[in-house]
Amino acid sequence: MNQENLIEIKNLKIYFPVRASILSKTHFVRAVDDVSMDVPKKSTFALVGESGSGKTTLARGILRLIQPNAGQVAYQGTNILDLRSREFLPFRRKMQIVFQDPFNSLHPRKLIKTIIGEGMHIHLRSSEREIREKIATVLTQVGLREEHMYRYPHEFSGGQRQRIAFARAIVLNPELVVLDEPTSALDVSVQAMVLKMLRDIREKTGLTYLFITHNLSIVDYIADEVAVMYLGQIVETGKKAAVFSHPAHPYTRILMSSNPIPDPNQNREKQIPKGEIPSSITPPSGCRFHTRCPYIQDKCKKEEPPLIEILQGQKAKCHFPL
Amino acid sequence: MKSFEKTQTLKPYLDDLKHTLYLWRKSHLTMVGSVIIGLFLLVAIFAPLIAPYSPIEQDLSKRLIGPGSQHFFGTDHLGRDIFSRVIHGSRTALWIIFLVSVISTAIGTIVGVVSGFFGGVIDEILMRITDMFLAFPSLVLAMFIAAMLGPNLTNAIIAISLVGWTVYARLVRAEAIKIKSMPYIEAIRSVGASRLRIIVLHVLPMCVSPILVQMTLRMGTIILTAASLGFLGLGAQPPAPEWGVLVSDGRGYLMNQWWISTFPGIAIAFVVLGFNLLGDGVRDMLDPRLRR
Amino acid sequence: MNIRGNLLDVSGLRVSFYTYRGVIKALNGVDLWMDSKQRLGVVGETGCGKSVTALAIMRLIEEPGEIQAGRVIFDGTPLLARSPGKPGTRFQSQPLEIEGKRWKERTEEQMEKVRGKELSMIFQEPRSALNPVMRVGFQMAESISKARKISIRDADPHVREMLKTVGLDANRVIQMYPHELSGGMAQRVMIGMGLSTNPKLLIADEPTSALDVTIQAQILELLDHLAREGGNAVLMITHDMGIVAEFCDYVMVMYAGNSTEYAATKDLFNDPLHPYTQGLLKAVPRVGRIEELQAIPGTVPDLVEPPTGCRFHPRCPKATNLCSTDQPLFHEVKPGHYVSCHLYLNPKEDE
Repeated sequence: MNQENLIEIKNLKIYFPVRASILSKTHFVRAVDDVSMDVPKKSTFALVGESGSGKTTLARGILRLIQPNAGQVAYQGTNILDLRSREFLPFRRKMQIVFQDPFNSLHPRKLIKTIIGEGMHIHLRSSEREIREKIATVLTQVGLREEHMYRYPHEFSGGQRQRIAFARAIVLNPELVVLDEPTSALDVSVQAMVLKMLRDIREKTGLTYLFITHNLSIVDYIADEVAVMYLGQIVETGKKAAVFSHPAHPYTRILMSSNPIPDPNQNREKQIPKGEIPSSITPPSGCRFHTRCPYIQDKCKKEEPPLIEILQGQKAKCHFPL
Repeated sequence: MKSFEKTQTLKPYLDDLKHTLYLWRKSHLTMVGSVIIGLFLLVAIFAPLIAPYSPIEQDLSKRLIGPGSQHFFGTDHLGRDIFSRVIHGSRTALWIIFLVSVISTAIGTIVGVVSGFFGGVIDEILMRITDMFLAFPSLVLAMFIAAMLGPNLTNAIIAISLVGWTVYARLVRAEAIKIKSMPYIEAIRSVGASRLRIIVLHVLPMCVSPILVQMTLRMGTIILTAASLGFLGLGAQPPAPEWGVLVSDGRGYLMNQWWISTFPGIAIAFVVLGFNLLGDGVRDMLDPRLRR
Repeated sequence: MNIRGNLLDVSGLRVSFYTYRGVIKALNGVDLWMDSKQRLGVVGETGCGKSVTALAIMRLIEEPGEIQAGRVIFDGTPLLARSPGKPGTRFQSQPLEIEGKRWKERTEEQMEKVRGKELSMIFQEPRSALNPVMRVGFQMAESISKARKISIRDADPHVREMLKTVGLDANRVIQMYPHELSGGMAQRVMIGMGLSTNPKLLIADEPTSALDVTIQAQILELLDHLAREGGNAVLMITHDMGIVAEFCDYVMVMYAGNSTEYAATKDLFNDPLHPYTQGLLKAVPRVGRIEELQAIPGTVPDLVEPPTGCRFHPRCPKATNLCSTDQPLFHEVKPGHYVSCHLYLNPKEDE
């Protein structure tokens, strides 16, 4: 266990059973298929991928909102997947999550104070006054006001609700905050505000973020480390600067190429991907990306490539990394 | 801050109520239903003050008198004033409605929320049990249970409750399934809330509205079932002035002393109509799609 | 009577929605124009009215919405010509003089001849435009048979041709039901149907917002290729500045129901004039961007009680007193570059 890491994930598997009918065979959606990765302390770790990549499922598996089928999640040395509910409760406090949907992630019939303060009622034996003071502090931190705690979610805009959701996440002084596409449902100008707030707070408090997104521009702004996922597997990982300046996996290249750049002066060579994203129930043989890869060779169809280290800290899951 | 906070906590429910009242005033049929039920409640509450005679005191010298100024609804074969009996019967009816509603809602809600929230095998088992209860025509089942337990009012109430809970189970289960996958529930789980806490504090409050609608809609049915049991001798026992029993009393006298069965019958019909109108109105008012 | 675009010219468009909350003044005098074969991007955030504008051009606004005023000329014929009516009437249809002839706005029957043929539209959720209980092939054949007045059987080869053009396996897709299509495939079908009549203008309302980014790239490339070959003009509605930069020749920025800036794409990005555009560009994250992101303070206004004067003034860093009282006109400040902002109306008076 590397002391630098907050979380070390080893060979995590999360499969969902699906059945066409009672009589047919059970198939499995291999949402997370043998994923290993390390999340360093006090960093922003971006988890990038499209539909079916498994990034959302992976994050929930780490938090034990979904129970993984196999593998280990070591939180500062302790494998939290093996713990019983009671033993796991103190870890719950240290890992919080902010969801994508600002409109449904806050209980519509509860006061902001109740929503934010619930965690404190569960974990701490604080007095009413302590709770109120803490909530006021946290609301100010995210750029809202103390009196807002007596209002209801529907009285706030999308951006403000995400800030409230973040306030709820940090009220218990966690060490890790998982952010699941926190700005995807927000307008551009509001998104900027939320991203800046996230970055500022992280710098001041030394939190670790696991930031899930499909938007590479946001990754560039906020992340220190990146892991790119495709069909339940990690296909590339490394420091953001390295991955962005020389992406080693063909999928990463295609992802960067597909990302529209808001600059008409640029005339870059675009690599347009072919084909659809395959199903996670019956993924392609060998390298899962081979059906869409422009550099495909025979070996790619037959053998699954290992995650090999290309340069210091940068790994790619490819037989012929670029 | 404390009292302000308390009022703020109730705010969404109060807002809902205000909007509901506004819609209520707009629907004429609902108003009619509300007036009928209002009347019913008043009569039930003030029964001893309104009824001119005792409902059970017999006076054989005044048997089978027709409706008139002395006895508005006439007297029965034992000389009892039917008007007073009907008035007091409303108390029994109210009592039955109240108890049955509370019991069947409680059973149904618990079954429904456990079934919907936990899913899997528990859901299957509970739903099959619910199906079993639903497979029988409700009146037949109520008769059966009442007969088994012994004919009296308490057992009738138990019987009707045991037949009526299934509606709530289905309803609450549907709501629970819908709510449990909402992000705000996932958020509370990630904070570390126990499942009991989630069910009681987060899921159930969202079910209040549909439960209320169903309760109102079913009140008419409860009265009818109770009256049917009373009529058959499986519910309240004579000399209790329950409306079904009153109708049954007049069975042998239908040809010439029609008033003995008719007036209690009208009372039943009137109140059931009132509940149906009110219930329809309540449903329309609380239906989220029609609310605007 | 200044007509600025030879294919589409929209001027003074006003649309309101009458809801239980009040009157939503969704469009407050929108101006927009396009030449044939052009690509115009309409950009804005929530509530700016970009989708409402597209629907108004197609005259698809329904209860509780109402087009109250404005002039839309499409390919020389007026689709809309209204001025606010006297009290008690909804609006007044007024005759226009174009090319020496007097025209009145098209009737609903006449509009039906234009919609789906010369003027076509595709939407964000492709599967919601398809009937879920009918096979895809049948729906496409039905649409083509109506447009070209041929029988459904005769439409079959056209359907196959169209599916091939959009890169789908015709044999497979014809048999499928809409829910069996992936998002990308469904959007391809919609593009195929939208372009099947070779419309002069295709309006695309956020066609890729619901798609994954690699699929989005494929769809945009398809659209680019087909529109170029077919000579179709495309009005692309989006909130993504990246798509605008890569796909569109001209850009119109909208805010809270108004046109705020119009320019050629390069001019808009290199020389944004309206403070809102400047704010937007500073807020958009970009790979390789070095400057810190800057948010625009405040939120999008409520359109039931919009701000007086210029609707952006409460959030504008350069607002003056004039901005809160007078609505600025949309006019040409530099060649081909239009803005609606008091900073550029009278340079001497904005100190």
